[in-house]
Amino acid sequence: MTALTIVLVLVLLLVVFGLLFRLQTLTSIFSGSFTRDIGMSNSVNAVLFIVFLVGGGAWFAYSFAENFNKMNPPIASIHGHAMERMFWITMAVIGVAFVITQALLFWYSYKYQHKEGRRAYFFSHNNTIEVVWTIIPAVVMAALIFAGWKAWTRITGPAPKESVVLEVMGKQFNWLVRYPGRDMKLGVVNYRLIDATNEFGFDLTDKSALDDFTAGEVHVPKGVPVLIKIRSRDVLHAVYMPHFRVQMYAVPGMPTRFWFTPTTTTDEMRAKLGNPKFDYELACNQICGRGHFAMKLKIVVDEPDDYQNWYAAQKSFSEQNPDVLASFKNKPATMAPAAAQVEAAEQPAAPLASMSH
Amino acid sequence: MDTNKPNLSPAVDAQGGIGAVPVPHTEHADHLHHDEHDHEHHDQHWLWKYVFSQDHKMIARQFLITGMLWAIIGGTLSSLFRLQLGWPEATLDWLKPLLGHWIDAGKLNPEFYLALVTMHGTIMVFFVLTAGLSGTFSNFLIPLQVGARDMASGFMNMLSYWFFFLSSVVMFWSLFLETGPASAGWTIYPPLSALPQAMPGSGAGMTMWLVSMALFIVSQLLGGVNYVTTVINLRTRGMSMSKLPLTIWAFFLTAILGILSFPVLFSAALLLIFDRSFGTSFFLSDIYIAGQALSNQGGSPVLFQHLFWFLGHPEVYIVIMPAMGMVSEVLATNARKPIFGYRAMIGSLIGISLLSFVVWAHHMFVTGMNPFLGSVFMFLTLIIAVPSGVKVFNWLATLWRGNIRFSAAMLFAIGFVSLFISGGLTGIILGNATLDIQMHNTYFVVAHFHLVMGSSAFFGLFCGVYHWFPKMFGRMMDEKLGYIHFWLTFAGVYLVFMPMHYVGIAGFPRRYYAWTGFDAFSQFADMNKFISVAAILAFFAQFVFVFNFFYSIFRGRRATENPWNSTTLEWTTPIEPGHGNWPGEIPAVYRWPYDYSKPGSEADFIPQTVPYSQTQSSNLPYEQEVVD
Repeated sequence: MTALTIVLVLVLLLVVFGLLFRLQTLTSIFSGSFTRDIGMSNSVNAVLFIVFLVGGGAWFAYSFAENFNKMNPPIASIHGHAMERMFWITMAVIGVAFVITQALLFWYSYKYQHKEGRRAYFFSHNNTIEVVWTIIPAVVMAALIFAGWKAWTRITGPAPKESVVLEVMGKQFNWLVRYPGRDMKLGVVNYRLIDATNEFGFDLTDKSALDDFTAGEVHVPKGVPVLIKIRSRDVLHAVYMPHFRVQMYAVPGMPTRFWFTPTTTTDEMRAKLGNPKFDYELACNQICGRGHFAMKLKIVVDEPDDYQNWYAAQKSFSEQNPDVLASFKNKPATMAPAAAQVEAAEQPAAPLASMSH
Repeated sequence: MDTNKPNLSPAVDAQGGIGAVPVPHTEHADHLHHDEHDHEHHDQHWLWKYVFSQDHKMIARQFLITGMLWAIIGGTLSSLFRLQLGWPEATLDWLKPLLGHWIDAGKLNPEFYLALVTMHGTIMVFFVLTAGLSGTFSNFLIPLQVGARDMASGFMNMLSYWFFFLSSVVMFWSLFLETGPASAGWTIYPPLSALPQAMPGSGAGMTMWLVSMALFIVSQLLGGVNYVTTVINLRTRGMSMSKLPLTIWAFFLTAILGILSFPVLFSAALLLIFDRSFGTSFFLSDIYIAGQALSNQGGSPVLFQHLFWFLGHPEVYIVIMPAMGMVSEVLATNARKPIFGYRAMIGSLIGISLLSFVVWAHHMFVTGMNPFLGSVFMFLTLIIAVPSGVKVFNWLATLWRGNIRFSAAMLFAIGFVSLFISGGLTGIILGNATLDIQMHNTYFVVAHFHLVMGSSAFFGLFCGVYHWFPKMFGRMMDEKLGYIHFWLTFAGVYLVFMPMHYVGIAGFPRRYYAWTGFDAFSQFADMNKFISVAAILAFFAQFVFVFNFFYSIFRGRRATENPWNSTTLEWTTPIEPGHGNWPGEIPAVYRWPYDYSKPGSEADFIPQTVPYSQTQSSNLPYEQEVVD
């Protein structure tokens, strides 16, 4: 209610200011009857357009160059490098269009400003010109569409058979990570089984869930395709890994996935950047509530050997939580609801699913 | 005139009822004429004249002023969250008197931050740029430019405003709720918006958002049906579709887009209300939240996004097309040249309208939608660059070899073209599914749409207000203040949104309360300060306009009948047209609206009402045939 009062007070103040201004300086400006005059102000505006074009263009070019390195964070995935190339090629294409059209717009505004005694050129249409400037953009667009489509099909296509699999689950407000364990098979999870200990909702009546382990950070091997399966257990989230050019929503009730191949280990990247504190990061990129801006997960890219060692050293969830395991011993195996069963059936024998939705 | 029946529109009567051919000098018309001079306004109670008016011009003014109030609120909200983004460490205790418990130990509450961005988006997109822009100018210009006494149904038109007003009241009220207004982003994706346990804004605030939006959609449909009917049925003699000013084409197509797409948002909102209040599962499935597993099964949050964007994408064209129409008109008038490629301009508007319905899923490339769909939508999305490009080239060709007068409206029209180019081109990046993987939901997107549909639509709005102010209020706005307003705003917009692209290319996510938690997103702290300062200054520059607007209504210089030497019909009405627009007969139309600087003609413009028989010296061969 106080807020409403203050809004009203502000409105009143504005009115008071309005009255004051009316009484004072500006009365003179508005007196007299209106006559159109195309005088000084017309050429002042025309010159300002040129000033804006030159000054604004110079400022833009300078600040763009100045910030170029900052806007190009390091890239560490195979498709990321390809995307980067496509991004800057597209930027160059639209940059050409940008410079030509803006320059013409401001130049014409200046050049064809009103002059006494000159008459505008009556030029209502020209079909040849229309066709030309329809076809040229269409051809350029066709090329961009084709390149984009090729890359998109490759990136979203099936993950290679040898991919490493892990699962990331979003929740308000952090990420949970699990790996399939020794059997290379992610076990069944069920959101109805979630509680404070069993955050993933492991269904431990499923054999392949027994050796699944959870982790506080993501480890992936360098040079090997990684398939991230993505879930959410409450609202929408999005897995966003800017260094790897990876982004995919986490949707409750609809598992999604994204695969990529890391090219640089964390240590290599630290050395390359001269920043011993550098870490790859995973951020949430779909508004999910109060803690949205703080859903950070560390990603570590290891040499394949280190990755193997790390993987082997992890203890499974069931091993770490014997009481949870014990509670499942008393439950019938059929308690997993139909939805989870269907999903289990859909998982192919190999740990790596294809990308077909 | 019958004073007991204020709801009966004398204008429509005088015209001979809806859909009738305009009558020649009749008793009614004479009476109306007579009325204007002798006892002006004596027969109408102020309540019917200024509040529950059925006069399209009054309704337009109501839309405009309500829209301006909303724009000030929307701008204030953005200044608040820019404070947070520019100075994440600063103490904001001084805002406590305004924001109360939303300032928490000197810091903005993160949930309130999300409420700010949500309400900023909702207010600007729907209440300012849809109602305030299209509502104002479709209402004001359609009857005046097609030569009608009023809208097809003045009563429905009045309802359209009052539904908008009701919707505004509900939305405004929601700002003062204890739990805050809706906070799930202006796109209100469920489950976040569906579950009050997910965030406080998804409680009563979200309910009010949905109620307000339902009322808003009713308002849009009432308005839209009216616009379409008026353009089709109430054109004056000789006003064929190929003689309509481009403004009318733009409003006409915009109204059709609205009629076809807003009901889909209505259905999405309805289903969301069901999910929220009646336990259905359209958008909910497999959810464990706040220590509890919900029983909802089988719904799809992605379904909501399809429904939302089926409106949401045409919506951006609903916002931008009226601006395109007005800019075309103002560019031609002030360059003293016919708009280049009149038919190509209409064709590209139709092309954009059609395409706008088949591109919605480009907002959803990375939502887990089938990648094949992504390919199809990338293809359709990038095609839209072609008609958009045609429009830009035609505008440039219109300026070429013109004789340009820089009225404030003309400055904003040129500014519009510049912003539309800058913002439109980055759409080619975002429409590419591959590149969108990285750019989705980053500040690159924010910069893109603020330029191409936010700022440029605002420029279209300013352009329209400066240009048609004399017809709206019978006075001129101050030109010098208009120039100052333009240059401050033009520079401000570029200073805000160009650097925002850099931040976006670096991958900064939108709707983040602070980026300080991430190493990847911490390199642009200075740039964010810069953007915040520019944004707040640009916002304050708008008060030059607000002052100019309200001052000129009462104290501006008196306008003449046709201050811009324009060809279209609205400038043949008296300086302050009464209800019914023309005191006598509605003029007939003989030519297209862009006969500027025609060779052989003495004046540098020939109004649409001048028959070819009077302009033998300037007629083109095919026009001469009409005379012979």
